[in-house]
Formats: sequence, structure tokens, C-alpha cells
Amino acid sequence: MIPVAFDYELATSAEHALSLLAEHGDDAKVLAGGHSLIPLMKYRLATPAVVVDVGRLSDLSYVREDGDHLAIGALTRHRDVEVSDLVVANAALLAEATRNVGDPQVRHRGTIGGALAHGDPASDIPAAVLALRGTLVVQGPSGSREVAVDDFFTGFLETALAPDELLTEVRIPRVPDARWSFQKFNRRAQDWAIVGAAVLVAEGNCGVGLVNMDARPVRAVAVEAAVNSGASAADAAEAAPEGLEPPSDLNASPEYRCHLARVLTRRGLEQASR
Amino acid sequence: MQVSMTINGDPVSADVEPRLLLVHFIRDRAGLTGTNIGCDSSSCGACTIHLGGEAVKSCTVLAVQADDCDITTIEGLADGDTLHPMQQAFHECHALQCGYCTPGMVMAAVSLLDEVPNPTEADVREGLEGNLCRCTGYHNIVRAVLQAAGDQS
Repeated sequence: MIPVAFDYELATSAEHALSLLAEHGDDAKVLAGGHSLIPLMKYRLATPAVVVDVGRLSDLSYVREDGDHLAIGALTRHRDVEVSDLVVANAALLAEATRNVGDPQVRHRGTIGGALAHGDPASDIPAAVLALRGTLVVQGPSGSREVAVDDFFTGFLETALAPDELLTEVRIPRVPDARWSFQKFNRRAQDWAIVGAAVLVAEGNCGVGLVNMDARPVRAVAVEAAVNSGASAADAAEAAPEGLEPPSDLNASPEYRCHLARVLTRRGLEQASR
Repeated sequence: MQVSMTINGDPVSADVEPRLLLVHFIRDRAGLTGTNIGCDSSSCGACTIHLGGEAVKSCTVLAVQADDCDITTIEGLADGDTLHPMQQAFHECHALQCGYCTPGMVMAAVSLLDEVPNPTEADVREGLEGNLCRCTGYHNIVRAVLQAAGDQS
């Protein structure tokens, strides 16, 4: 499978990438690790006229402590997130979700920023960042802005990023004492989740992100409220599919996905409360 | 556009279209056909090579992304007539049947031991989850990787 021909631009800095995006607008797609975009281009589901490669911007690959947050550069590869001592100590849920992405070869190439900017409801990373209440730092022609992860995913493969903006950093509140669980249900090794649940329980503050339970990555708001008001794991998990419209595909009907969301959320809450 | 990379220690340059995949560059431009194409959709791992020392699926990397990079393919593992310890272990454990997945499997296994030098059987099975063997010869593949890990330590 060969992508449709495109023009290739190698960004030498974030500013250069922004000027390329300003120049090419909607015709351009940003290429990071390429493990979402290149398959789409090979299937010819994506046919950008211009590919802006930000993959060499090594100054956007880092994990740092920044006060009560971790700052993770958007171009940090999954493998580097997975094994980062800082991530394991301060946001272990994210490390575990990352370990569930694809396979080792995929994690050597794919980036946290790419996984978020792709906005795929079937991806593991958004669910963890939603549960952790992350913030995304976005650079555009008029400077930098922060977007709460709750406001970032706007639809199927759609995000709050404008065509001339670049996701540069992911900020994750540090929760070293939080209990957590990442539940993923699939049929084969390395597969996408049919449904997944990222569960965080931190000082009376519960976060539950769900994979593949709506057109966009979502939080199970009703579950969080129930847990925060003292409901048992089993009772709270019953509300997991509330208000959501899960997709139907060869793997699962919406009804089956709702069932999986309840079961995985309950397991996650139980594991996190042990 | 012009790309240059080092493959198994040798410099290779070519004028390529940006859409050329790295696996096609390796096979068709560098003439190294040991790297196989299986699913062509980053699932099977047959095209696994090392890019900058790490296992990647070369069907999902553009040749232009590997410009100026250091690449090792299955042809670059052996030292003359002496097989790489992982190749030797695959040979001794009969870790292949049809052999199609083998180059990718060996490259993934070498990368796995770089990251996890003393793996458990579970580490090996999980570490090779990106490589499919349609002959389902996984038991001997896992034995070979464990043997290579034992020989190495």
C-alpha cells in the first residue's frame, strides 16, 4: 500500500513548523511518529497535500517535574513515557496505559502528542490523560494556550487544535499516592481495545476515562460522581455507559460495549481500591 | 528528494519520492531483501528492522524519516560466517518453520534483549507481541530467545 504523493517539509523548530502550517493550512498534516497518520495515508483515508514532519524536534521530547505537574513534551515517544521513572512515580496510570499501546515497535515510534492530537476514541492514551485531568499546551501563530483535556476532544478524530496549531506539551497533575487501574479488553495481543477503562482514585477525587465508548475519548462522569459520593465500586460502575453512544463494529454492538464498560469500570475501581 | 542513511555500516543514498516507505527503500534501493513485507499494515512485524538501535516496523516509516539515520537489517547481524547469538539460538532451537516471519522475529528479539537483558518467558511472549508467526511456531521462538538471553548473560 502506497500513500498518495505529497510534498514533504521537515520542520527544524517548532516555530518553523508553525510557519509551515500557516503557509499550507488545511492542506497540511503534522507527522510525528507516524503510527496513526502513515497507516491512514497508506489506506488512502488521509491524503494530505503536504506533510510537515516534526519528528526531529528533539527539544519537544522530555519528561520534567514542574511544580505539582509533570511536563511531557509532545514528541516524547511512548517507550520513553512507559519507562520514565518520573511518570511511573507520579502518574503510573499513564505509564501503564502507554504500555498497552500497540507493541514494542509501535511504542518506539509513536508519540504521546501524536496519540492525543489524532483524537482517536479507540486509543489508550486519551483515556488515561482524561482520568488524570491533564492539560494540553498548544502553540499557534499568536502564541501559546492551554486546553484542559476535557475540552480537547471535540468529535471523531477531531480536536480543539486549529490547522495552524501544534500540540507541544502534555501537563499531568502529579498524583504519586493515587491508586489506579488500566483495564483493556481485546481479543488478540497488540489489538486496539474493544473497550477500555482508565481508573484513578486520588484523595476522594475519582477519574474514569473510557476507550471506544463514544465518538470521542470520554470520561465516565456519572461513575466519578458516584464514587466521590461514596458509592460502592459495583454500584458506581453501573453508570459507566450513561449518556454515551458507543460505536458498533465487527467486534461489538453498542449494547455489548455498554456491558464491557460496566464490567471493566467495576474491575478497575475494585483493583484501585485494594 | 535525496536521502542518505547507513545500512549495516554501509552508506546508501538515493533520490526518492517522499511517499517511499523505508521497507521499499531497503529492499528495492539498497537491494537487501532479507527484510520481508507481510501485512503491510504494521501488525505482523515481518518488516522489523533497527532504526537508531531500536526495533521498528519499516512498513510504517517513510524513507525520508530515516534520512541520516543508522539502520540494521537482518543481513547486518552476523559477523561474517559467524551467526549472531540470536540467529544461532533460532537455528539450534528450530525456531522457524516456513521462515517468513524469522528476519523480523530475530530483529525484534535482539531489540527486546537490549531493553530486557534477563527476560522471563512472559517478558518474551509480551515483548514479541508485535510479531506474528502464521506457522504458530511460538514455543520454539520463545525458547530460542530465552536461550540467547542465557548465553548472553
